[in-house]
Amino acid sequence: MAQSIHPVPAETFLWEDLIPGGCHWSGVLRRGTALRIADHTGRANLSALFFRADAPIERYNMPDTLKAQHTAMLTRGHALYSDMGRVLCSIIADTAGWHDTIGGVSTDADIMGRYGASRYQTARNAMHRSAEDGLLIELFKHGLGRADLAPNVNFFSKLTVDEAGLLQFDTTHGKAGQWLDLRFDMDVLAVFSAAPHALDPRPDYAPSDVHLTAWRCGPADAHDDCRNACPENQRGFYRTELLYR
Amino acid sequence: MSSFNLVESPLDPAHAIYDHVLPAGEGWLHPVRAGQTLRILDLEGNQAVDTLFYSASDFTERYSATETLKAGAIYLTAGSRLMSSRGREMLTITADTCGRHDTLGGACSAESNAVRYALDKQPMHSCRDTFLKCLWQYDGGLSRECRAAPNALDPRGGRAEPGSAPGALTKRDLTANINFFMNVPVTPEGGLEFADGVSAPGKYVEMKAAMDVLCLISNCPQLNNPCNAYNPTPVRLLIWN
Repeated sequence: MAQSIHPVPAETFLWEDLIPGGCHWSGVLRRGTALRIADHTGRANLSALFFRADAPIERYNMPDTLKAQHTAMLTRGHALYSDMGRVLCSIIADTAGWHDTIGGVSTDADIMGRYGASRYQTARNAMHRSAEDGLLIELFKHGLGRADLAPNVNFFSKLTVDEAGLLQFDTTHGKAGQWLDLRFDMDVLAVFSAAPHALDPRPDYAPSDVHLTAWRCGPADAHDDCRNACPENQRGFYRTELLYR
Repeated sequence: MSSFNLVESPLDPAHAIYDHVLPAGEGWLHPVRAGQTLRILDLEGNQAVDTLFYSASDFTERYSATETLKAGAIYLTAGSRLMSSRGREMLTITADTCGRHDTLGGACSAESNAVRYALDKQPMHSCRDTFLKCLWQYDGGLSRECRAAPNALDPRGGRAEPGSAPGALTKRDLTANINFFMNVPVTPEGGLEFADGVSAPGKYVEMKAAMDVLCLISNCPQLNNPCNAYNPTPVRLLIWN
């Protein structure tokens, strides 16, 4: 396994893993675990869904996350809310400054349309893959399916909105070595795809590898920046902690 | 707001095949066939109408906010194509006298009200409660009536997912919805607010179905947000062939 490109505290280190560009991953992260997610080349897009591990009917809810925090994007200090008004995870550090959660997933039609077909028979594991495909494969492994493919997070991607409401993908946003730290505030099933963003206009299929490093960070304390970012988050963290009393 | 592209409809309510007033706080689950036009009329102004669509032949194909904004803009108005989770057009907005509708703000729920407003707001009525009530009252008949005969033997029809009976709709089918008549501007810096309403009494939005769909509406009961002047009001729903 590749070396972590930004070391985390050795005494609390749990594991590390690499998602090759375009590939998919899922796993359970316990409450009090931090996950550093790092972009190797500056071309990473990590499409992500989050579910409560012991009751996956509770899952990441994009609208509730946005309206609770009066934001249309995610960065340090933001909590990722479930549909039950609890905090699945929160962004405790971020060198990228903007993560998309309104752009959805790239589909096979998006990927074929932009990059052309590149199938396993000839391309082997460099074949072109979509985020929808990758997320669905991981969802089905856990007994979930299409109905569970709700609006997701796209870490490392930046979409801006103009006055008319048109979306623009910012190709200058990604930088090699950018990372964010996600703290899990519940026991969470995380489902990831490192395939390109649907609205990335660049003509070449070159999604970056994404490096994951997990360590034990402990749950949010009373002075936590995410908890205290707004009164809504104070209530959200309180409601989350009731689950674990 | 003068930049809005307002488009009036030539359709006459006297010729509608369906005409129904939906009180605030109540739900509506009803088929709209391919080629039919659905109008939602804001009777008293600035009422939020939380709306979802499902393909009548396969409920896992449903309205997708993200596919819709990928195909157009984050604000919905005349000309907006309402896209499915399979990237297909479900309906197109053909007339709009309001000018802007939201698809990022989602539906209110007991739990999100507790987070957004105060912990003791949880018992208040919410759109999600209305949606869930519509789902359990659903008996499949609406869809059967709506379903075109050629689809009846379609192996992709109905639901074939683990853990759910065919034809059942559950909480996992409640995805990010449309809020007709709500104005939720996003700034270039990534801010988002439920802003003052742009609707008014008598404004309407009309959409024509490109496939047979089930339409699920919660006429929003929100009492905590100034966007509807803290006063949920009825809407009128009309369908033309």
